Amino acid sequence: MAVQWRKDVEAALAEAMKDNRPLMIDFSAAPD
Amino acid sequence: MPLEIHIKENPTGFHRFDVLWTPSVLIMDPQGKERVRNEGYLPKDEFRAWLDMGLARLAFVAKKWAEAEARFDGIVKCNPNSGVAAYSVYWRGASRYKQSHDHKALSAIAEEFRHKYQESIWAKKSVVWGN
Repeated sequence: MAVQWRKDVEAALAEAMKDNRPLMIDFSAAPD
Repeated sequence: MPLEIHIKENPTGFHRFDVLWTPSVLIMDPQGKERVRNEGYLPKDEFRAWLDMGLARLAFVAKKWAEAEARFDGIVKCNPNSGVAAYSVYWRGASRYKQSHDHKALSAIAEEFRHKYQESIWAKKSVVWGN
């Protein structure tokens, strides 16, 4: 199953709070 | 729930969370508070164990002691050679203590560290509970 990566910080924080789920943030500088 | 912040797409995100190095991974609780951070690459198995540790830590912070104990126990049993194994032995014992307030739970941590992970900082932290 593909991972559904979020890109919007505020939306992800709001979704985590609404759904009472933890949030994993991956900070990357890797080339695309 | 995974969120990716790429330095080229969102450099302000790095400043917001005080990220100094890549890769870095943060685990936030549902309220958006950072609870665990890893800086630097981890091989797949180590990363998986670290993620499990993060979830165990979240359970501990939420005072879900039984869940925390079970999660730390899973790491100790399934990833005994990982970099978070000794940490998990320590916090598994702490989770047990939080449920019982029986100091034998703390003594048991010290005893367990007499047999494994003796050189870890977590073994040294448990010395005060020995005897």
